[in-house]
Amino acid sequence: MNMYLIGALVFWLVAWALNVWLSNLKPTRLTKLLVPVIFGITLLVIWEWVVRGLEVKAVLLPPPTMIGVAFVSNIPTLWADFIQTFVKGALSGYFIGCGAAFATAVAIDRSPFLQKGLLPVGNFVAALPIIGMAPILVMWFGFGWQSKAAVVVIMVFFPMLVNTVQGMQAQTSMQRDLMRTYAASYPQKLLKLRLPAAAPFIFNGLKISTTLALIGAIVAEFFGSPTVGMGFRISTEVGRLALDMVWAEIVVAAIAGSAFYGVVALLEKATTFWHPSQRG
Amino acid sequence: MNQEVVIEAKKLSLTFETNDGPVHALKDVDLTINKGDFVSFIGPSGCGKTTFLRVMADLEQPTGGEISVNGMTPEEARLKRAYGYVFQAAGLYPWRTIGGNIRLPLEIMGYSKAEQAMRVDEVLELVHLDGFAKKFPWQLSGGMQQRASIARALSFDADLMLMDEPFGALDEIVRDHLNEQLLELWAATNKTICFVTHSIPEAVYLSSKIVVMSPRPGRVTDVIESTLPRERPLDIRESQEFLDIAHRVREGLRAGHGDD
Repeated sequence: MNMYLIGALVFWLVAWALNVWLSNLKPTRLTKLLVPVIFGITLLVIWEWVVRGLEVKAVLLPPPTMIGVAFVSNIPTLWADFIQTFVKGALSGYFIGCGAAFATAVAIDRSPFLQKGLLPVGNFVAALPIIGMAPILVMWFGFGWQSKAAVVVIMVFFPMLVNTVQGMQAQTSMQRDLMRTYAASYPQKLLKLRLPAAAPFIFNGLKISTTLALIGAIVAEFFGSPTVGMGFRISTEVGRLALDMVWAEIVVAAIAGSAFYGVVALLEKATTFWHPSQRG
Repeated sequence: MNQEVVIEAKKLSLTFETNDGPVHALKDVDLTINKGDFVSFIGPSGCGKTTFLRVMADLEQPTGGEISVNGMTPEEARLKRAYGYVFQAAGLYPWRTIGGNIRLPLEIMGYSKAEQAMRVDEVLELVHLDGFAKKFPWQLSGGMQQRASIARALSFDADLMLMDEPFGALDEIVRDHLNEQLLELWAATNKTICFVTHSIPEAVYLSSKIVVMSPRPGRVTDVIESTLPRERPLDIRESQEFLDIAHRVREGLRAGHGDD
């Protein structure tokens, strides 16, 4: 049996024992942080040594150190890809799509007619396969980031619309009656009751949309893009069997996606602190 | 004695159309409420007492008869913000602090910032919640929340208070305490109060006038003018006079049940 595999096994057992010991201690901030960190490090170490011990080909699964080296030595390229795909494609599409869905939801909330008419259309758009729509949108909006933003708009619009429309109904009849006894105007009702009551639903839509936006922007680049972008890099580097670079892009996507979700979740916590799900 | 009339109902009826046929929530209700009255509406559930209150507040539309509030239609009165309404539950907005909730009607009605702050302090003191302005509703007990909702209804100083079983969900000790405070408040402000309840002692203890109602169809079976003095310590509830009025209310309720 080779040393890598034995090492991986020993490391796993030691880390396991360490975590068991830590979680039996009095829970503090430090132990709460340490336990998942040790778990993550253990995964990486086992991955590294098992891949080396079994001599898995780098094309199938490169060890984490190789991915790390590819990441560090290609930072300028990865940064350019990140700007192109995440900042220009995903973020602008996210803001346009979520903004439009929010505005639509507020508009159709006032009219049952539009609610009946537009929701099925939204449903229909959401059912369109994104793989089919992406090449068409690339034809319409060109190879640049604009077509990627358009794909993202289509992907995030419907979940955001449905969540916001549902949120706008989320007041109790007593809360509505109260506004009526004050003879409140429509804008007053909207700002002081409906939107605050809808906030937990709106943030739900915003959170779902963060991951959809990143997926949409990356996948759309498979159907034509300038020679920069995360999706472009993934598809070309796979062709060159440079899987370490593909994994480096995946690391970038994971970091960007988690950070994006995290920022929206923090905003949610600050805005809907009053909701039972956040009071905890 | 020529008193100012606040509520006047003549042959007031309200029928809800449901899938099981029409429900007569109110039928031919005649009632006059004078300024400064404390009127309790008592009756079993389904007798239309809440519906009657909601008609006064223009939250339901009558299907027959006439009703006026301060000499206007209920809608005009609502648009003039003639009344403060206290619901069965506190119904505070959880995203606003207690102070923010009480400020809500003041913001909507366009009071200046300085006046808002002044009035919030004033009514919080009135319901003995001073110091709680910055707390959120879910940090307070049910009784305190209900007091905050009364403060909210008082904040814009409407002459008419409509209260729909405001203490129904509270335990008896808290309820006694709030009843006492409500009487104090009534004495201090001389508002007209319409109070829905299904507790006989509560109705007798609080009211200057007790309206006994019966269900199916909802109608008024008795109107009792209380002979108790306006000044009422809690132990007045053991006096013979109190028991006599309570007896008459009970008789009225029983009579209303006779036909089913």
